[in-house]
Amino acid sequence: MTTVLGVPLPAILGQLMLGLVNGSFYALLSLGLAVIFGLLGIVNFAHGAFYMLGAFAAYIGLQTFGVNYWFALLLAPLLVGLLGIGIERLFLRHLYRLDPLYGLLLTFGMALIAEGIMRDQFGASGKSYPVPELLRGVFDLGFMVLPIYRAWVVVASVTVCGMTWFLIERTRLGATLRAATENAQLVQAFGINVPLIVMGTYGAGVALAALAGVLAAPVVQVSPLMGSSLVIVVFAVVVIGGMGSIIGAILSGLVLGLIEGFTKVIYPEASNIVVFVIMAVVLIWRPAGLFGKE
Amino acid sequence: MKIQRFAILPCALFGLFAGSQAMAAGDQVVIGDIDDLSGVYADVAGQGAIEAVIMAIADFGGTVLGKKIVLLSVDHQNKPDIGASKFREWADQNGLNVLLGGSNTGVSIAMSKVAAAKKVPFFAIGAGGASLTGVDCTPYSVHYAYDTTALANGTASVIVKNGGKSWFFLTADYAFGTQLQDSATKVVLANGGKVLGAVRVPLGTTDFSSFLLQAQSSGAQVLGLANAGTDFSNSLKGATEFGITKTMTPAALLAFLSDIHSLTLPTAQGLYLTTGWYWDLNEETRAFGKRYFEKMKREPTMDQAGYYSAAMQYLKAVKAVGTTDSDQVMAELKKTKINDMFAKNGYIRADGLMIHTMYVMQVKKPAESKYPWDYYKVIKVMSGEEAFGSQPDPTCPLIKK
Repeated sequence: MTTVLGVPLPAILGQLMLGLVNGSFYALLSLGLAVIFGLLGIVNFAHGAFYMLGAFAAYIGLQTFGVNYWFALLLAPLLVGLLGIGIERLFLRHLYRLDPLYGLLLTFGMALIAEGIMRDQFGASGKSYPVPELLRGVFDLGFMVLPIYRAWVVVASVTVCGMTWFLIERTRLGATLRAATENAQLVQAFGINVPLIVMGTYGAGVALAALAGVLAAPVVQVSPLMGSSLVIVVFAVVVIGGMGSIIGAILSGLVLGLIEGFTKVIYPEASNIVVFVIMAVVLIWRPAGLFGKE
Repeated sequence: MKIQRFAILPCALFGLFAGSQAMAAGDQVVIGDIDDLSGVYADVAGQGAIEAVIMAIADFGGTVLGKKIVLLSVDHQNKPDIGASKFREWADQNGLNVLLGGSNTGVSIAMSKVAAAKKVPFFAIGAGGASLTGVDCTPYSVHYAYDTTALANGTASVIVKNGGKSWFFLTADYAFGTQLQDSATKVVLANGGKVLGAVRVPLGTTDFSSFLLQAQSSGAQVLGLANAGTDFSNSLKGATEFGITKTMTPAALLAFLSDIHSLTLPTAQGLYLTTGWYWDLNEETRAFGKRYFEKMKREPTMDQAGYYSAAMQYLKAVKAVGTTDSDQVMAELKKTKINDMFAKNGYIRADGLMIHTMYVMQVKKPAESKYPWDYYKVIKVMSGEEAFGSQPDPTCPLIKK
């Protein structure tokens, strides 16, 4: 059979497929992070915790209230988004005037608290969340068998990313958002309620993380620690894409997922660090990130 | 002068309390339990094992040699440094007389070093690594319920003899996984099979898809799962999800009742596994299972039953020699036959390994299961010597050559 760098082609294609799935998660999460940073200037270290809370919302919804997966896709981001809005209103609002480091510390602390509470309630090992009926089964692609659910994850993530990008870059609401971050006072002078927009934006970014959590629940087990390992990689992705750039976050997420998948076949030992190596290279070559504005 | 006056009162109070602490320790027999209470092995032993020890203490009468029996427990979170430092702390400050625990070979190896240094008996019940009675053996460690050698001699040999000649291992990346892979490899090669490859997976991984894909592309007949607990159930679920179980036979090198329960019979049916104990073997095991079920609403795993048995054996040994002196108790343990609901004609070998009958089971098909928790049928009964080897591991420093 054909080989690339000594590895059979079906193996490579299989890993690339899985890499695409992982990349979709990276894209969705880094999109939320980029939205929050690009538009609000907050380094949201709690992003991984919101992802985890979204997954738990789906799990608790199913276990205690019988809310099925499809409702959870809508409800979990809504609930977690509201939580995010509450946090922005009560805590983050006071930190905008200060050094960004304070926002970082606050969100990091919140992440630890959220993780600790969930760990205390649910234990550290993963809870099982079943794949919804409609999405069970596999596609036989020849070189591998792809579970339908994973294909759905790619489709859903890319769609949501696309819609978000469109909303921000091509609609009036998005234009208002972008204007508000460029010059909040001027926009406020026009009579637009900037604090409300800011609050809503944070909620929306957080809701994206929660959506990623619900999508992830059937794939990885729902565990209080699921966010913390992922958020570091997501930060690297956002840095590579450019901290303020929406399109940068989406594309970097997908491409880096593919690169990670490729590395897993060629040189598995490096697969955990390849994203960071790329981040280092990009930062040296282009400090603002690939799509970032200086 | 003022300082001295101020200092006297707190110092006196402190002295009073410190003194009372030391007195309390001498008055009690302290049993410690350091195990995984919240991570990948939490269901295998975890809280259930604590309950089992509480049952043992109650069944024994609550006191031994006129002293109250006290149980301390803590979560080692699968971190060797936490396990070792807690063991040390209890030995130094709480008068610990015996430690039961493990459920993670790495942590157990670290704790066995503390057992040797502090001269406190340590029963490694949850951990599998055979090195605990090999190169890591100590005069104070007992390896109680099972080990990686027995698992390989049971499960791996049955699968190879049934035609599974080529293997690919998915191995948990720490002492237990690598030792289990080594033991299984020995058995595969000895029976004319070959190992096509292996991949190391970090403990606690939940998404095994890329590792499973590597296993599939190796073309091996058997997927050797050298992992346990939620690692095992997640990797098997992943293998089923990706259709890998259609082309490869999964080898559950270590699986517990709790794993089969969470996987459910439709997914787990047909799996071979090796165990030292099962609740439905005979009247005695069923009786214990029933009592445990009343408290925990689940049937006990081999480890949980092992905790009960180990605690009882320790207390019996203490009663027999009339002291908690570690050397005398260890000597008594090593010369007593173990005959209880956990093992019949079991004995503790010179290297600390508890030799007893092991069973190769096959998980029943859903149609074959007649009542809740009716999951296994016995395929093969292995004598202790057949399972664990007839000779102690020569790498153990305690074995005189």
